[in-house]
Amino acid sequence: MAQTSDVKAMKLNKKKLRFSTVILYIILIAGTLVCLVPLYWMLRSSLMSNAEIFVFPPKFFPSTWRWSNYVKTFQNFEALKYFTNTMKILVPCVIGTVLTSSMAGYALGRLQFPGKKLWFALTIGAMILPGHVVLIPLYLTYSAIGATNTYTPFYLAAWCGGGASNVFLMRQFMRTLPKDYDESAMIDGANRLQIFLRILVPLCAPIMITVAIFSFMFYWNDFQGPLIYLRSDNKFTLALGILSLRGAYASKWNYIMAASLVMVVPAVVLFAIGQRYFIEGIVLTGVKG
Amino acid sequence: MKGTGNADLGRPRMSVMKRNEAIAGYVFMLPLLLGIVFLTYGQFVYSLIISFTDKSVFGTANFVGLQNYVKLLREDFFFWKSIKATVLYAFGSVVATQLTALAIAILLNNRNIKGKAFFRTIFYVPSIVPAVASCLLWMWMFNPDFGLFNAALKLLGLPTSKWIYAENTAVPSLVLMSAWACGAPMVIYLSGLANVSPTLLEAVDIDGGGAWTKFIHITIPMISPVLFYNTLMGIIAGFMTFTNSYVMTEGGPNNATLFVNYLIYRDAFQYNEFGYASALAWIVFIVLAICTLVIFKFFGKKVYYGGADQ
Repeated sequence: MAQTSDVKAMKLNKKKLRFSTVILYIILIAGTLVCLVPLYWMLRSSLMSNAEIFVFPPKFFPSTWRWSNYVKTFQNFEALKYFTNTMKILVPCVIGTVLTSSMAGYALGRLQFPGKKLWFALTIGAMILPGHVVLIPLYLTYSAIGATNTYTPFYLAAWCGGGASNVFLMRQFMRTLPKDYDESAMIDGANRLQIFLRILVPLCAPIMITVAIFSFMFYWNDFQGPLIYLRSDNKFTLALGILSLRGAYASKWNYIMAASLVMVVPAVVLFAIGQRYFIEGIVLTGVKG
Repeated sequence: MKGTGNADLGRPRMSVMKRNEAIAGYVFMLPLLLGIVFLTYGQFVYSLIISFTDKSVFGTANFVGLQNYVKLLREDFFFWKSIKATVLYAFGSVVATQLTALAIAILLNNRNIKGKAFFRTIFYVPSIVPAVASCLLWMWMFNPDFGLFNAALKLLGLPTSKWIYAENTAVPSLVLMSAWACGAPMVIYLSGLANVSPTLLEAVDIDGGGAWTKFIHITIPMISPVLFYNTLMGIIAGFMTFTNSYVMTEGGPNNATLFVNYLIYRDAFQYNEFGYASALAWIVFIVLAICTLVIFKFFGKKVYYGGADQ
């Protein structure tokens, strides 16, 4: 008697479990829609004619998929020019960030020297320091040396450590590597530059990829920096270029959405490829920070 | 004599090694050092100096004492509007973003869910969308006549809204948009939840506690470090928000979204009042610093760090 009721309870439990799992999946699928429908809306709008876009109630599917909108957008928008400009900032900045932040990470994570604690504390401080305070003086400084409307402000920031949070990531990672590597290499007569280049850099490849992806995303998305430093259209990045497109074609939401999608796709593709490194990096800053 | 000689030889050798290491340390750190001194803290001090002057791009700057600060606090209509809008947005977006992120993380942490990695990727995608593109997209979806949101509301027979185009719904609309991109805190919560001790959860089961007891007494305390970190970072990001007000609303309607970072930008780069804008930046910095200290004081103590791995 007792046994049967036990079995019954277990069956009931299992049913309950299944039921709650189904509900869980329904919520997750609803969440998936919430995440993706806006992006579909971007795509759908980019493929419509301008007349079709301004119809009420709005249609969920375009009547014809006008891929020609993209050709027109590229012609009006000069996407290639803005893309090239973005790359002119991005490539040297990503290299500079990875190089100088790993160097600083090596010093702060593995070497002993007087003042280390202070410099590390200042680096942490720079991580929480709100950027708006230094925006104006930085602009005035660059303006005084004639570096506005050039890419110098971006290059300088990237080649001087490339952001405190990247230095922090590098330092945390370098600390986890055993000290024996350095010591045995020292005994073999290697100097610190050789240790850094031949031993640590290969071992740090994962964190370097993480930092590279972070800084790629940063410069790809960066808006306030280019907005302040760049004045002429032939220096503009994609983020600024899209806004000038909007200025010129205020109500052509199909072209604006097409240009926006041009900016979204590379970021999402890079995320899809480097997802593991990306998410590990976020977790590392958040959990160890 | 011989013995002391050896000892003398021994000591300098050690200090030579130490000195070499110190030199190497500074050489490797040199780029960061230059950045910290000249691009961060040097500029920080420079900003404070500018805030006591009437600096504009051209012409010489005159020392005006506390005039900028007094004018801001006493006379500037936009300043108080801006503080109110920013606090509202920062608070709203922190609550909305953290709750969404935590809820998703808890759902994904369920053992019965298959395809966790897939869902995690999907939920992260909105955070990858570049800010300008995301602002333009949401602006278009918020469009009262031809946007997705009002179309959906009409379809469900619900009243429509003017979203970012009306004074009282503008900030809530931007808060909604900020919750869409909650990927980073979500991932951090997920890793925090993975570390919650199963033995403690079982202990609650044995004591007859339900899911709610587990959540309040075990899960929340054990993820408190990430909860604390995410909230702090969320508040700072909320205070610093710029792109949404610049691209979507230009501070309007009727200054409802005149966030401080946008006001600073406007005063400095459009009205050419660099001294005044710097004073504004400093007031915001002080407010934010006090907020951070208060958070540390009240919640920092309650944060639980398991063992020695803080």
